[in-house]
Amino acid sequence: MKKLTEEQQVVDPGLDEQVKKLTPEMIQKVVKRVLTKEASARLKVYIDTCVRCGLCAEACNTYLSRNKDPQFAPVSKVKNTLWELVKRKGNVDGEFVRNMARIVFTECGVCRRCSMYCPFGIDIAYLLLLVRRICSLLGVVPQYLQDTTNSHAATMNQMWVHQDEWIDTLQWQEEEAQAEIPSARIPLEKEGAEVMYSVIAPEPKILAQLLGNMALIFKVAGVDWTMPATDGWDNSNMAMYSGDFEIMGRVERLHWETAARLKVKKIVMGECGHAFRGAVYDGPRWLGWSFPPIPMVHAIEFYYDMLKSGRIKIREKYKEHVTIQDPCNTVRGRGLGDKLRYVINELCDNFTDVDPRLEHNYCCMAGGGTINCGPPWKRSRMKSNKVKAEQLAATGAHIVITPCHNCHSGIEDIIGFYKLGMHVKFISEIMVETMVIPEELKG
Amino acid sequence: MYEFARGPLVSIAFAVFIGGSFYRIISTILLAKKEKVILPFVSPRHGLRSIMHWIIPFGSRNWRIHPSFTILTFMFHICLLLTPVLTLGHIMLWRESWSLSWWSLPPVLSTLMTIIVILGGIIFFLRRIADPTVRFVSSWSDFVLVIIVIAPFVTGFMAHQQICDYNAIITIHMISGALWLVIIPFTRIVHMLFFPLTRAYMGGEFGYVRNARDW
Repeated sequence: MKKLTEEQQVVDPGLDEQVKKLTPEMIQKVVKRVLTKEASARLKVYIDTCVRCGLCAEACNTYLSRNKDPQFAPVSKVKNTLWELVKRKGNVDGEFVRNMARIVFTECGVCRRCSMYCPFGIDIAYLLLLVRRICSLLGVVPQYLQDTTNSHAATMNQMWVHQDEWIDTLQWQEEEAQAEIPSARIPLEKEGAEVMYSVIAPEPKILAQLLGNMALIFKVAGVDWTMPATDGWDNSNMAMYSGDFEIMGRVERLHWETAARLKVKKIVMGECGHAFRGAVYDGPRWLGWSFPPIPMVHAIEFYYDMLKSGRIKIREKYKEHVTIQDPCNTVRGRGLGDKLRYVINELCDNFTDVDPRLEHNYCCMAGGGTINCGPPWKRSRMKSNKVKAEQLAATGAHIVITPCHNCHSGIEDIIGFYKLGMHVKFISEIMVETMVIPEELKG
Repeated sequence: MYEFARGPLVSIAFAVFIGGSFYRIISTILLAKKEKVILPFVSPRHGLRSIMHWIIPFGSRNWRIHPSFTILTFMFHICLLLTPVLTLGHIMLWRESWSLSWWSLPPVLSTLMTIIVILGGIIFFLRRIADPTVRFVSSWSDFVLVIIVIAPFVTGFMAHQQICDYNAIITIHMISGALWLVIIPFTRIVHMLFFPLTRAYMGGEFGYVRNARDW
């Protein structure tokens, strides 16, 4: 019998128990539906065009981190999953589906770096998302990730936060902010405000102080803002990554409808990458819009505008030696890398950039739902991002700044696993430490 | 056999190549239209920008981090496309048959370019075996395709150098050349036709939609 790799031995009921329920007919039906009804031109052209040159391999942090093991090249991941499904017309067994789910959910963060490195521009990440879609329809999804999707379905946010908890947390953080600036507010349900501020569920659940930070930043910048008191405040959307596009669409629809109900002029998305992607790209397309119905800017852009226009001034720059993690969905996905560097240089004295950087930066190996696959897969994720640890260590920095929740948690994990002795911070944490609070605002 | 290869076979091959190419491109664009989330994001400016970065050697980071592969693939593809079109012998035949004529390469240069194609093909073939990643994803058809692609160059070179029996070689050359043309639209060599389409779409998705660079 073939020896199983460490990754193949990971126990995950979302995969192990679920594949037992599959029949060959179910698998074929789902594969046929996705490959013929849900995908067409791109799938066909990408499969016909790939010349198996292998030039995508070095785009992938998992391949680079695992001694260039051919199994971890993006093209190999497509071969091991999608090509086989196409070739065998979905005539595969449960074990194949289990392996397929492991590859697409835990060994790929759909960061789209490989899509950018393919000379033909074959969107490899899209092909692997198609496989996730098949897994989702078959009910074979890592259990922790499926739990976040279930949470979206039941509560419209990622972490089972109830409405009373949400409002209570905002009011608590409003009070916290008022300790600094007595007139700071977190205005709820303010119709016609200039800005609706969107966050993801980890903020009220485990990182509430970030909400208090924003109350201070908005107050100092003099922004007319609001947050909804109802569901529709979270668009982090793990369903987009688990392959449950129906739930993904519901989450995004409610988010946009909430913004429309509040009649805001624009949405500022907090420091989160995949929420931005869901709201601006995947959500609107699923709902039938080419572009978002209300303008949305990411926190990076918002901070950039505030600093550039002088609405926020810096009292004293941050002294620690800092470096950066470019989030895939706002840098490769929005071209905000230069603005991010502008913001960091405005806030910090001692900044060392990473190499490679900007659109070419390596993935955090936490995004794309990989970190949401939970503890069973953590060791595998860490092994898949040695290259990130080496890249960060080479900067000699002490602090890694990243405006993305997934990057934040992913980089923290890497720092711990590889004992880098660094810390991760959001931009807002440094901004509240360094910005000028006008005298008239101090009580 | 020579007469058949020289006459109808070449005409059929060109007809299949041209007709097949149009068919593949048009059917793909129609399919893309049906998929709905493709054409709204195509932008000529960003598409062209992306194509330019990838058809210029070292124009993208991936070309820069693979310098020897980049030089090899550009020399191979440029010679592969230009040599048949600009070889004096071919142009003379086209003038005779179809009254078409244009500038030709000096014979020494076209011989050199032919050698580059043959060597390039051999290196690609060996790379498929030597590179563990490329070997893992290659199937037998990838090897056969390389052979089909360089066959007309090998036979053309032999005919020109009068190696073996000229009549036999030139007939094989024409047959292999016809095969070469016919397979373009119907095998992975279709990447020649699809490159501008996939690249332009990605250029739009990155540049137009996401304001980011894709090179």
